[in-house]
Amino acid sequence: MNVLSARGVRKSYGANEVVCGVDLRVASGECFGLLGPNGAGKTTTLKLCLGLIRPNAGEIELLGEPVPRRAREARTRVGVVPQSDNLDPDFTVAENLLVYGRYFGMAAGDIEARIPALLGFAGLAGRADSRISALSGGMKRRLTLARALVNDPQLVFMDEPTTGLDPQARHLIWERLRRLTQEGKTLVLTTHFMEEAERLCHRLAILDNGRIIAEGSPRALIAEHIESQVVEVHGAGYEAWMERAKAICPRVERAGDTVYCYAEDAEPVLQSLAGQSELAYLHRPASLEDVFLKLTGRDLRD
Amino acid sequence: MSLRWVAVWRRNMLVWRKLMAASVLTNLADPLIMLFGLGYGLGALLPSIEGMPYIAFFAAGSLCTATMYTASFESMFSGFSRMHGQRTWDAILYAPLVIDDIVAGEVMWAASKAWLTGSTILAVIVVFGFAASPLVLLTLPAAFLVGVAFSSINWDFFSFYMTLVMTPMMMISGVFFPAERLPAPLLAVAQALPLYHGVELVRPVIAGRLPEQPLLHALVLLGYAAVGYSLAIYFARRRFSE
Repeated sequence: MNVLSARGVRKSYGANEVVCGVDLRVASGECFGLLGPNGAGKTTTLKLCLGLIRPNAGEIELLGEPVPRRAREARTRVGVVPQSDNLDPDFTVAENLLVYGRYFGMAAGDIEARIPALLGFAGLAGRADSRISALSGGMKRRLTLARALVNDPQLVFMDEPTTGLDPQARHLIWERLRRLTQEGKTLVLTTHFMEEAERLCHRLAILDNGRIIAEGSPRALIAEHIESQVVEVHGAGYEAWMERAKAICPRVERAGDTVYCYAEDAEPVLQSLAGQSELAYLHRPASLEDVFLKLTGRDLRD
Repeated sequence: MSLRWVAVWRRNMLVWRKLMAASVLTNLADPLIMLFGLGYGLGALLPSIEGMPYIAFFAAGSLCTATMYTASFESMFSGFSRMHGQRTWDAILYAPLVIDDIVAGEVMWAASKAWLTGSTILAVIVVFGFAASPLVLLTLPAAFLVGVAFSSINWDFFSFYMTLVMTPMMMISGVFFPAERLPAPLLAVAQALPLYHGVELVRPVIAGRLPEQPLLHALVLLGYAAVGYSLAIYFARRRFSE
């Protein structure tokens, strides 16, 4: 069963088309990732799915409700973790949850009964009366996640849930998100951290310039789009070595002063590096990041 | 029209309760200092106006002006910071509320807070014996009308609005002296503005009389509320739903 589907969705601002015919299907219980460089249209796509902005064309259905026409009804069963924290600075941790629950029409007693569990989930037990300004970035992010769960949603949208967090905080968020999928909740997240997508997402779509350019499980995307082995080479004389590598490796790329060799069998490349003490290299399996860079290019996006 | 806006109203109410003392003090200190300072100080030099001592005359204007300032400040300045700086509105929009609910909640909140300012000044007026009869209680609905009219009028340039609109409006709306003393064209301008009609509602009931044209004054205030509210909804939708 699909909890979210979008067909041919388009959105323009003036002459600038930001979302150019996006199709999406998210099944119940899966963690779905929307990947893309900055400005690819990820956030706009999320806002369209939530019915916060109107598409110029296309159809969207969220939890069985047509969007944006009945987006309000759909949103009663949806949670959202936005890209930048917008916790209410005038309130304590617990008050943030209480006030937010009221927006869903929940009774104060029902919300208060949920608060201890939500704070426990967010690792904020004992922090109920803290002011928002006293929380670290990771704590704010976790409280935002707890806030998104106040209405016990079926589906949670997350826009770059771990951007700006240190590794400890990021791993804690990942662990909590996995727990949510184990509880049967559906997650839709945008990210540009490939590691995050690879660890969390059952399925993902790569969005670039408002279009979906690839879709599938992380493993399937790697298998489909890229050679299984990568050798990264840098050091003095790498340019001369690169010319030779082109004869023994099916795909050789250069970015700055590093050479990337992609191959199903990396053995010939490794042999040719054997005597080259001035060259440093790293041999690793191909990752989602390699797929992403191949499909969206290595140029900077701002 | 849903009642979802009540949650927005209650959010602002909860913030207010936490900062109640400071909020009441800042909303009341200015108008009360003006009322007693000008009322007794300047009033001592003046003969009675329209059959009442100057301080009782000025009380109506002071009450309406304070109500107006509370409404405008809350709705433009505080509301703007919730919309823009704190991004509180963005967070609310993920819940099953739409932008119309938020605007309704903000306008009703600012009107309520303004009404509270007006009511508190009314209490001072009664305690100090400036009111002539229980008719003065009609100030309560009148203050709400003033509050809702000014809460609905909204735009992003608060400081320009304050100096270029509110201050001149206060000067010509019969707050400090009878507006009928003004040259005819200025009086006509005053009569086209909401504050004049608020003062025209409140001053007679403090003096113990019914206003001569209560319906006209109420309709002008409600008209400003309706037009202001529609424009606020229009601009908020354009800002948030495009």
